[in-house]
Amino acid sequence: MTTQTDFRTALLDASYPVPAGLVDGRGQAAGRRYDVYRNNVAVSLQDALETAFPAIASLLGPDNFAMAAGLYLRQHQPGSPLMMHYGASFPAFLTTLEPLKSIGYLADVAHLEVAVRQSYHAADAPVFDPARLQGLDEDALMSAHLILAPSARLLRSPWPVLSVYSFTMVPGSPKPSAIAEDVLIARAEYDPTQHLLPQGGADFIAALQQNQPFGAALNAAGDSFDLGPTLSVLLQSGALTDIVLT
Amino acid sequence: MFDQTNALPPLPGVGYKPQHFSDILENPAPVGWLEVHAENYMGDGGRPLAQLRALSERFPISVHGVGLSIGGEDRLDPDHLARLKHLVSWLNPASFSEHLAWSTHDSHFLNDLLPLPYTKETLTRVADHIDQLQNAIGRPMLLENPSSYLAFEQSTMSETDFLRDVARLSGCGLLLDVNNVFVSATNLGYSPQGYIEDYPLDLVGEIHLGGHDEDHDDHGAPLLIDSHGREVADPVWALLDLTLEKSGPKPLLIEWDTDVPDWPVLAAEAGRAASALAQVSA
Repeated sequence: MTTQTDFRTALLDASYPVPAGLVDGRGQAAGRRYDVYRNNVAVSLQDALETAFPAIASLLGPDNFAMAAGLYLRQHQPGSPLMMHYGASFPAFLTTLEPLKSIGYLADVAHLEVAVRQSYHAADAPVFDPARLQGLDEDALMSAHLILAPSARLLRSPWPVLSVYSFTMVPGSPKPSAIAEDVLIARAEYDPTQHLLPQGGADFIAALQQNQPFGAALNAAGDSFDLGPTLSVLLQSGALTDIVLT
Repeated sequence: MFDQTNALPPLPGVGYKPQHFSDILENPAPVGWLEVHAENYMGDGGRPLAQLRALSERFPISVHGVGLSIGGEDRLDPDHLARLKHLVSWLNPASFSEHLAWSTHDSHFLNDLLPLPYTKETLTRVADHIDQLQNAIGRPMLLENPSSYLAFEQSTMSETDFLRDVARLSGCGLLLDVNNVFVSATNLGYSPQGYIEDYPLDLVGEIHLGGHDEDHDDHGAPLLIDSHGREVADPVWALLDLTLEKSGPKPLLIEWDTDVPDWPVLAAEAGRAASALAQVSA
């Protein structure tokens, strides 16, 4: 009898023989007919990773990406049939591959691609109307909670993660410089956009994510923090959805 | 017994691809309904759900699951049953269908439709899984015949007997994939026409058509691959004509999932399906 455990084990590891009990229409051993399933599984999972990580695929080139994806899919099959979530652990996996360890920024670029995909599928939320900030006195503003949209994602990196991503994905983008970059990802309607955050911006937004009031978030961002540019990014990107006055 | 009222119309439909969204809204003819893969519409929001809501206001929608693993040895995933229930409940599609196959084992999803032997034991399990699904979504489903590249020594029933008995035990209807019949019959050396003769056509709520690729096995025998990446082959259209002659008009779906063409090419395939329907409607 051919169990599904046998069938699955040999699907993902070609060093296993074709499971017994599988035949063609005349009772002969199935042989390479079984390879159709091996190929379907590997190709479909690799295609899913390539769709999810176009910048990584471009940075590594076809052969290296196929190697990395092939190793990953044999160790990490999807945990559910929702392929939109597949590959969430691929960024961490990339850091374990010896030949790729010299490319320090690779995992963070992959984290950025995961964040973009999560943002794309996140729940819809109304875009915050900046007029609601007008007329608030300072006390009311300092104690208010700015609510981030479900599509908002924050990525802090010691690498020029957004510059590398843009250089890879957007023709004509400038060559990255060796600087740390913090990035906000959000969508106003359907397409997530990525925004470079100024100094202190990521601390400010991280505090909002932790449900701290506006005043506490300002403190978290430090004395030299200039709110204007970060607030402007928050408003333009669709990352804010509401304000709760206390 | 499967009730075909409030089901899909006996017109051509296509598997929906997001790149065709504008074309479909502007110039859908001859397409009268659309099919979507359930698992692509289980995110929390964003464009996929917005597009599906907009399309469902214009077209009957068929929801086609590709991930429940009805033929699996494991119990059905309760989380996935709940997701399907949620989708069917807000969308209220014209039809829900799934596959006679397994795709999940030991909590690992393999993203392919894998085969199962046809025995009394698997019959009971498949019927029980369909029963659970139908209870969850509150309506009967259609079960699709697989494309097979190999057979199981342990099988004791023909596929058509198996499908008939599953439908009898669970009350589900059937989705007849004519390309899968042609692919499986060629690969396993039986007559596709004989399969249609044996198949319970009165239970069919939908027919699938898709393209296949040609390969060969270790002995040089033809091995057709169900690729959904090209036009429907001529012998499959001929098998469809034979089927429609016996069944009468049915909802006909063109599946094109890889190397997806521009809308006019897909609409032309749907036009060929419309011609096949016109022959039996006249």
